[in-house]
Amino acid sequence: MAGQGEALTSSSYIQHHLTNLTWSVDGGWNAHDAGFWTFHVDSLLIAVGLGVLFLWLFRSVAKRSTVGVPGKLQCFIEMVIDFVDENVKDTFHGKNALIAPLALTIFVWVFLMNLMDLVPVDLLPHAAQTIGIPYLKVVPTTDLNVTLGMSLSVFALIIYYTVKVKGVGGFVKELTMQPFNHWAFIPVNFLLEAVTLLAKPVSLGLRLFGNLYAGELIFILIALLGYWQLPLYFPWAVFHILIIVLQAFIFMMLTIVYLSMAHEDH
Amino acid sequence: MNINATLIGQAIAFAIFVWFCMKYVWPPLLDAIEARQKKIADGLTQAERAGKDLELAQAKAAEKLKEAKAQAAEIIDQANKRRTQIVEEAKNEGEAERSKIIAQGEAEVEAERNRAREELRQQVATLAIAGAEKIIKRSIDKEANSDIIDKLVAEL
Repeated sequence: MAGQGEALTSSSYIQHHLTNLTWSVDGGWNAHDAGFWTFHVDSLLIAVGLGVLFLWLFRSVAKRSTVGVPGKLQCFIEMVIDFVDENVKDTFHGKNALIAPLALTIFVWVFLMNLMDLVPVDLLPHAAQTIGIPYLKVVPTTDLNVTLGMSLSVFALIIYYTVKVKGVGGFVKELTMQPFNHWAFIPVNFLLEAVTLLAKPVSLGLRLFGNLYAGELIFILIALLGYWQLPLYFPWAVFHILIIVLQAFIFMMLTIVYLSMAHEDH
Repeated sequence: MNINATLIGQAIAFAIFVWFCMKYVWPPLLDAIEARQKKIADGLTQAERAGKDLELAQAKAAEKLKEAKAQAAEIIDQANKRRTQIVEEAKNEGEAERSKIIAQGEAEVEAERNRAREELRQQVATLAIAGAEKIIKRSIDKEANSDIIDKLVAEL
């Protein structure tokens, strides 16, 4: 499926699958090295589309929700809500109206974005190519920008709530007076704590990205096998169902844990 | 893989989605769930209470039934007694009436007999006197022989 009439080789096939549809402020569509102000249009559109799908579905159920006997869809939605709510209540012992909806959004949205991985790898890019879109990377969570965009937002919340609950002084103290509570250790403490703090968003974003990117790459490699892909594709897809849910769950749980740590005094 | 403005776009979308979810999705759904939980809990307590009430009512009903049965038996017993009493009374009354009637009849018969005898005696006396009168008409004075006739009448 290589674009621009190149001969179809394995590397060009893979390369094509891993290229985003981009638009940059300076260079326009698909410019090379267009600098920071470049948008991965495919990732953003699919991510936003899935987010809207999630919110539309849940909102429509919420609007029609009854206290009486619920319908099947409402039951399902309520199961998800209850699952998230239980996890939040188990981990986060405070009063914060943001945490549970945040966890729900992360869980369902990340799950939906991961779910795009189960769409056969050539289906959407090929369809896009026939209507004139040269590149399409289907799974938003295989885009490092997407996962880091979410994890850095979580990081901002961590900082915000740490400062809000413990004050700027408390935040600084947390960074400098742990784990060795002595002024002489301040540089060492700061080094350790800064790494700990910065590792949170980085690991959060990279974990999701890494898992999904690797999974997608293996799907692409399997797709290269021609007819032999079928017996391989199926077990990998089944196995991937687990990864999809698990990664969405891990992202949600870690967000809750980090935010609950931000709320608690040591 | 290069970091670019996609990250910012994703962060903005994320913030908007979370805000929307917090505002319009989470509260109504959780409210519905909690309201239903409360409703079910209330229903269960009510059912439990109703069960207890039923048990109590059943016990009460059984007691009432027993009482009623005892009462009925008593009433039947009383009625039986009363019946024998009435029958006895009627019997006695009948007996008395019968003997009274018999006695009356007997007395009447007796009286009739006496009357008939008296009448007969009178008639015989008259007859005798008439006979005697006829016999003695010519010679004998009626007044002089009346004591003999009286004696005769008394002998009849």
